[in-house]
Amino acid sequence: MADTLLKIGGLTKRFGGVVASDNIALDIVAGELHAIIGPNGAGKTTLIGQLSGELTPDTGQVFFDGQDITALPAYRRSAMGLGRTFQITSLFPDFTALDNVALAVQAHAGHSFHFWRDARMESDLREPARAALARAGLSNRADEIVANMSHGEHRQLELAMALATRPRLLLLDEPMAGLGPEESSRMVKTLRELKQEITILLIEHDMEAVFALADRISVLVYGRVIASGEPAAIRANAEVRQAYLGEQEAVSAPGAGHG
Amino acid sequence: MKSWLTPRNAFVTALMIVLALLPVYSALTGNTFMVTLFTRILILAIAAVSLNLIMGFGGMVSFGHAAYLGIGGYVVGILAKEGINSGFVQWPLALVLSGLFALAVGALSLRTRGVYFIMITLAFAQMVYYIANGLDRYGGDDGLTIQRRSDFGGLINLSNRTVFYYLCLVLLMATVYFVWRMVNSRFGLVIQGARSNERRMRAIGFPTFRYKLTCFVIAGVLCGLSGVLLANHTNFISPALMHWTRSGDLIVMAVLGGMGTVFGPVIGAVALLVLEEALPHLMGLASYLATGKEVAAAKEYWQLILGPMMLLIVIYARGGIEGLISGRRRG
Repeated sequence: MADTLLKIGGLTKRFGGVVASDNIALDIVAGELHAIIGPNGAGKTTLIGQLSGELTPDTGQVFFDGQDITALPAYRRSAMGLGRTFQITSLFPDFTALDNVALAVQAHAGHSFHFWRDARMESDLREPARAALARAGLSNRADEIVANMSHGEHRQLELAMALATRPRLLLLDEPMAGLGPEESSRMVKTLRELKQEITILLIEHDMEAVFALADRISVLVYGRVIASGEPAAIRANAEVRQAYLGEQEAVSAPGAGHG
Repeated sequence: MKSWLTPRNAFVTALMIVLALLPVYSALTGNTFMVTLFTRILILAIAAVSLNLIMGFGGMVSFGHAAYLGIGGYVVGILAKEGINSGFVQWPLALVLSGLFALAVGALSLRTRGVYFIMITLAFAQMVYYIANGLDRYGGDDGLTIQRRSDFGGLINLSNRTVFYYLCLVLLMATVYFVWRMVNSRFGLVIQGARSNERRMRAIGFPTFRYKLTCFVIAGVLCGLSGVLLANHTNFISPALMHWTRSGDLIVMAVLGGMGTVFGPVIGAVALLVLEEALPHLMGLASYLATGKEVAAAKEYWQLILGPMMLLIVIYARGGIEGLISGRRRG
């Protein structure tokens, strides 16, 4: 059996009468980039919330690297190597870009009950942070205050922070959200490099990006996984086309988005 | 590197020189009132700096910070009444009890946020306030006179006005330096990160609660120290020490001076308490100039001036007086 890094079994989450996650079962194999697509309101962000530890499922389990993490808080999951980015940019706006990433490095460099030394002078925090900024393409913006940066740069910084926690599995919640075409293609390029090293669970609306990047795709509709498989199979799946892809003619056109 | 000679640094240096030379001025002119007033300012500045640590840097708006003034003060007062005058006993005990109280308040209140946090911290402070009111042996709501200041043997004589003033100044400076080191350390960055975006802090792997609780306890201990000094300064304790309006005063000092800067609350404490003293006189003078005779009632309405001043600072200088001088604005 291929190494399953993340195993989701029977995950169900209700909000009142709405079933946001309906008995979801998924295996994310080590080394793959697994994309989850689905129309608005399909329950994608609810799923990420349960995987990262912000929401507790009503039933079902999540195993990371063989360990049951269903009840672990977010910070413990991060410590185990489960990194994430946020759909709506979630940064520390009055810090510099480098401070933001250095804080992510610090979170994984032992406890932070150090009261005296200037943390901004500690090279074992600053250097890995600079490296993560460089990978996300933000080297030249390290000392900029985050509040003064553009939306596209915020998305890159989101990624840099997640990378700085040295995750084994990266949950990316719509990394292309709000990006222009040029910024999007830059992000696709960055992710293509990253998937060589890190297992990625990608939630994304941008179909072109998904089909360019994903090794496998799962389709979520009304909280249920209606199909899961390789991009070609998903593209050909009648139920998927009806539920979702039919709306997006550009993608269903032959040849579009191959990468 | 930025130049050190900024308007802000010049102002802080001038303030430091004034504070350092005040007893000299007082000795030359025989004006002891100034030393008494400024001793009080220095002591409350310690409390304001400690509140600012949790409020300005940690985003934890405690509306019960005066409780620690009370705990620190009552430990000194009660022990003195029971014949234990040694500072070596009084002071550590006061600081430990302040810390334990902060631990209990923080453990509960830090699970909530926003207005609930404010209400819980206020509720705890009110609880201590009413307990003090009920301590009949120690004066109840009339308070208790402390016959002797804390005794440190031959080490330091707190009864000497000048010595006590300089002790307070040194402790304030030590507090400011300690807080400054702390907010720039790993610990301080975690606290500031949790203020800015706690959700993200947890997502990148920080168990934020334990850091915030530690910060809350440190602030409690520092404010307890302020209470110890205040009891020694006035030779008197009463529940008024921890009335909720006193907690409000501390918030005003931090906001007025500049939240989220280490030195801001010191400026705020000086500004608020000096204005409290000076405004009634200025109002009296103004009434004299306007009507030809001093109107006693005018002195009563000095807060009519202070209120709008506060408003202007909050609206136009989000970084308080500190931010105004350094030309920096906080959103």
